[in-house]
Amino acid sequence: MKPRQQRMLAFGLAAVGIAIAAALTLTAFEENMMFFVDISDVKEGSYPANRIFRVGGLVVEGSVQRKAGELEIQFDLTDLKSELTVIYEGLLPDLFREGQGIIALGRINTSGQFVADEVLAKHDEKYMPPEVADSLAKYRQEDAPAIDSGTNDP
Amino acid sequence: MWTWFYKLASPPHFFGISEKMIPWFGVPGILLITWGTWNGLFVAPPDYQQGDAFRIIYVHVPSAYLSMMAYVVMAIAAGIGLIWRIKLSHAVAAAAAPLGAWFTFLALATGMIWGRPMWGTWWEWGDPRLTSELMMLFLYFGYMALHAAIDDIAKADSASAVLALVGAVNIPIIHYSVEWWSSLHQGATILRYNGPAMPTEMLVPLLINIFGFTLVFAALLLGRARTEVMYRERRKVWVRNHVLPDST
Repeated sequence: MKPRQQRMLAFGLAAVGIAIAAALTLTAFEENMMFFVDISDVKEGSYPANRIFRVGGLVVEGSVQRKAGELEIQFDLTDLKSELTVIYEGLLPDLFREGQGIIALGRINTSGQFVADEVLAKHDEKYMPPEVADSLAKYRQEDAPAIDSGTNDP
Repeated sequence: MWTWFYKLASPPHFFGISEKMIPWFGVPGILLITWGTWNGLFVAPPDYQQGDAFRIIYVHVPSAYLSMMAYVVMAIAAGIGLIWRIKLSHAVAAAAAPLGAWFTFLALATGMIWGRPMWGTWWEWGDPRLTSELMMLFLYFGYMALHAAIDDIAKADSASAVLALVGAVNIPIIHYSVEWWSSLHQGATILRYNGPAMPTEMLVPLLINIFGFTLVFAALLLGRARTEVMYRERRKVWVRNHVLPDST
């Protein structure tokens, strides 16, 4: 085999070897590399005990409660399977609102609620102009079963 | 059949053709960036969720794309240099490293500026996308530092090339980090299974900017590579004839 072909082979084998090593390392550290824990996992009890960790979920509609004049806020997060109550005292990101994806950093208290030190908003990869978003929202509302629609909004 | 490839490996030949190529890459690139940025700032509609703040995407995404592409160029050039023993290829790799580092820095900086109002934080240490992109910045620094630390240029080239190739495994990690692990950074908007999650009016200036940035990178790379070649070949006759045409 010519020296150049030998180098190519060595190079190729090294590349494959490094890729396998990286894949094995990353799979082995899977659990440590999760940026946040799912709500369902927290409810089941599989979250790191005795240290702060992050949870991620969507803010449940109508769950945001704040006493007037106080900074403390309470809301529920869901991953569409389970719900978790979060208590937080501090500044909220601009994007915080019902239905928004949220990542909270903190720990579980004795009552099973999540006391957050930091609340971050997470947005998805979709971008659209406001008009498109409005017509999508209307489209979804029209499709939804009419449970309590007492208005004649078009 | 491979004559053009081997001619390209000749430093004086490369030096000659690259001088002519630079304006063909640089001028269209700058024009495209100008059009794309102006369009992205003033013509594209605001985002329903982020308002006008999303427009930083027109700098952030092209920079991030280039930061990774520059690394791929550097790694391929390093590989060609190692396998085919073409010195010019190592010069191209060395020229690409600082450019790639700057694009990585720009991607991280614009990302932080974007993240502060949108996410509520400048940086999150556990996020896999942010961490792997920062890792790539360190790989660029490592390449440049290792190269500078070894006196013999051929040995320096080989050592840095090995570092570039080992670090190349980071590139798919950066791209797929948002899919493989839970993260704060959102998933891909353009390279999606169901097609781009962006309307045309927002997407076109972004693609134009990505293409424009790529052309400008090519022009800058050629310029840096020429300087690198000239320095490495500084004792050769063809360089002396180029610098002092009347000396012969």
